[in-house]
Amino acid sequence: MSELRLMKGNEALAEAAIRAGVDAYYGYPITPQSEVMEYLMKANPEKTTGMVVLQAESEVASINMVYGAAGAGKMAMTSSSSPGVSLMQEGISYIAGAELPCVVVNVVRGGPGLGTIQPSQADYFQTVKGGGHGDYKLITLAPASVQEMADFMKLAFDLAFKYRNPAMILSDGAIGQMMEKVELFDPVPRRTDEKVAEQCPWATTGRKRGTQKRVITSLRLVASVQEEFNIKLQNKYKEIQEKEVRSEMLQCDDAEFVIVAYGSSARTSMKAVQIAREHGLKVGLLRPQTLWPFPSKQIETLINNGVKGFLSVEMSAGQMVEDVKLAANGGAKVEHYGRMGGVIASPSDIYEALKKFAK
Amino acid sequence: MELEDIIKDENIVFKKTKLLNDKPLSYCPGCGHGTVHRILMETIEELGIDEETIGIAPVGCAVMAYEFMEIDMQEAAHGRAPALATGIKRVYPNKYVFTYQGDGDLAAIGTAETMHCCNRGENILIIFINNGIYGMTGGQMAPTTLEGAKTSTSPYGRDVSTMGYPIRITELIAQLPAVRYVTRQSVHTPAAVRKAKAAIRKAFEYQSEGKQGTCFIEFLSNCNSGWKMTPAQANKWMEENTFKYYVPGDIKDNFKLLKNPIIE
Amino acid sequence: MINEEIIIAGFGGQGVLSMGKILAYSGLMNGLEVSWMPSYGPEMRGGTANVTVILSEERISSPILTSYDTAIILNQQSLDKFENAVKPGGILIYDPSGISNPPTRHDLNVFSVEATKAANERNMSKIFNMIVLGGYLKVNPVVSLEHIEAGLKKSLPERHHNLIPANIEGLKLGASLIQRENFYKAAC
Repeated sequence: MSELRLMKGNEALAEAAIRAGVDAYYGYPITPQSEVMEYLMKANPEKTTGMVVLQAESEVASINMVYGAAGAGKMAMTSSSSPGVSLMQEGISYIAGAELPCVVVNVVRGGPGLGTIQPSQADYFQTVKGGGHGDYKLITLAPASVQEMADFMKLAFDLAFKYRNPAMILSDGAIGQMMEKVELFDPVPRRTDEKVAEQCPWATTGRKRGTQKRVITSLRLVASVQEEFNIKLQNKYKEIQEKEVRSEMLQCDDAEFVIVAYGSSARTSMKAVQIAREHGLKVGLLRPQTLWPFPSKQIETLINNGVKGFLSVEMSAGQMVEDVKLAANGGAKVEHYGRMGGVIASPSDIYEALKKFAK
Repeated sequence: MELEDIIKDENIVFKKTKLLNDKPLSYCPGCGHGTVHRILMETIEELGIDEETIGIAPVGCAVMAYEFMEIDMQEAAHGRAPALATGIKRVYPNKYVFTYQGDGDLAAIGTAETMHCCNRGENILIIFINNGIYGMTGGQMAPTTLEGAKTSTSPYGRDVSTMGYPIRITELIAQLPAVRYVTRQSVHTPAAVRKAKAAIRKAFEYQSEGKQGTCFIEFLSNCNSGWKMTPAQANKWMEENTFKYYVPGDIKDNFKLLKNPIIE
Repeated sequence: MINEEIIIAGFGGQGVLSMGKILAYSGLMNGLEVSWMPSYGPEMRGGTANVTVILSEERISSPILTSYDTAIILNQQSLDKFENAVKPGGILIYDPSGISNPPTRHDLNVFSVEATKAANERNMSKIFNMIVLGGYLKVNPVVSLEHIEAGLKKSLPERHHNLIPANIEGLKLGASLIQRENFYKAAC
């Protein structure tokens, strides 16, 4: 039965993981997302759904535990925050190279380095442009509410298994730490071993005699074989780009200028749009829910509908703005506004920036 | 007597395990890897657990072990095999899981993963091939390289004052309370191979008893090409030098330490 | 239409965050959209803590604000920080204990609630924050006592449900203690 609760983003995500029928969570504590593992340990789903929750010795170990379980066809996940996610990049690249479905959650904090524990969106490049080595993409979901922290947990696994590709939930400290009303979806039972075998014939669950062995690897020593694999990956990415873009538009119908913002920046921007509308500015908000694939077509459409400019509002020095520019392709003015290092631009700050931009 | 008269089932004295395929092994002639591959796969076949076994080979000479072993396998990043093994075993507690790691992998880059996997007592078998060198990358110093030994990154011999001591990781592992069985074996003589195979069998039998503790088998091997010796010379050198520092034999069985673990 | 934007600020350990949580939960029980956005991190340890609570009949846009309808202030640092962040005509409630420089703005509805004193006198320090909350709800009954009780039931673990009557008592005490401060006239 779906259930209404007041929860922190991190807690909602953890509860959603149990309800989504996740098989294993492997993690390592780091602020501002330690509530995820704390919640799971307290809920002790091993006793109810059979979900494994294990505190690993490091983020390096966590992501490799995820690799192992995902390679055996199970729904495995980890969560961390920026410095921890940097440590995971090796494993994420291997997971992408071995085409394993899993979910990694990054509750982003300010950097570089140890940085601050306050919210930030400075890991955009790391997430959607690579992070680890090699030509690969992460399906990236950006929740902007506690509700989406819960809902995207399930969606991320659905997409990961649909495409045999790692998915990232790119959140931030503000969404992780805030509490909101959340309607929790009905629990889905964990898949049986038979179901896993049926859904993931590639999974290493023990080779049955008379059948081919399964090998999970990202090693392809012959250059031509590696290239062939890369082409296959790129084709998969193209399909995802075509089918899986998700975004929300607010007050864009008559907008002359549009803010592009995700996560908690989308929330502050939403208020800034309200203020701007009260002052007679024709402004809307485009909120990407998937950062990769990026809603480029939506930007094209808005330009065709007469939008003159896009202001990319991010808690970074301006990262997503590059994708907005690529999508606008010279068809509209594109600028960035943002604060860094864990400082959150307030709705009035954004409104001021918007006023200047719209001049 | 014709050849067909001789090739008959009743005359068979040796048969290669079905769990190794016919691909030529990528290991140097005389290296211990091939023998360990064989006795490992033989044991799995003899125990009849091949349908329930998942092996993990990380970066190192045996990174392509999955090319030869006819069971489900995962390839791991350098040092991370025990984490993969943990991930698999936790979601499939009734399957058999082993890792197959070299000395650089297990005792340098993957020390944390190895120690913590053992410290949690993950019910898996860790196979540790110690040849005292980085073989795959062409003979660099390993954490287990003996004092004074010359390698491409210790060209004047390992100087322990700057490069640290050869690490007896196996003795360290034996100290962990959650580790059930620790032994150091070799495969350089027929007698040693028989003993080594019995050790593998024991480890899998322990694993079949459910979550008890980690089993850990070190295999001392030569690396004749890395050591720049013939296989026979390398085995002799190993007996005369390696065995003095890394003493073969059981170190821990059924959670009981059998000998002074660090200093002989 | 209800759209109440509240900042609650004080020392870590005064129950600032839990007061906000109870308020948010009560809003939820009242069928409202709610958000609870804490300051988090090292500043919580022994330093100041604050939380922004929004109760609204509409979808909440920004959970992070720079101006508020109501400020509930429990120490001097927080008063210094947030007095100017209250919207003109808004509400400022403070506990005079430990306040050496009281609020000076004339365009606000300023109230005081002697919660620290009352809690100490009655040995009720654990429900100090409920006394303050009771004061606020007297001034602005954005949620009812029934919603609070339902919120407490939902937010407290079962083993602490025996504490609910004491919490309700704290709310009632706060409602009786809150006083309007006449700064505007005093300044004239």
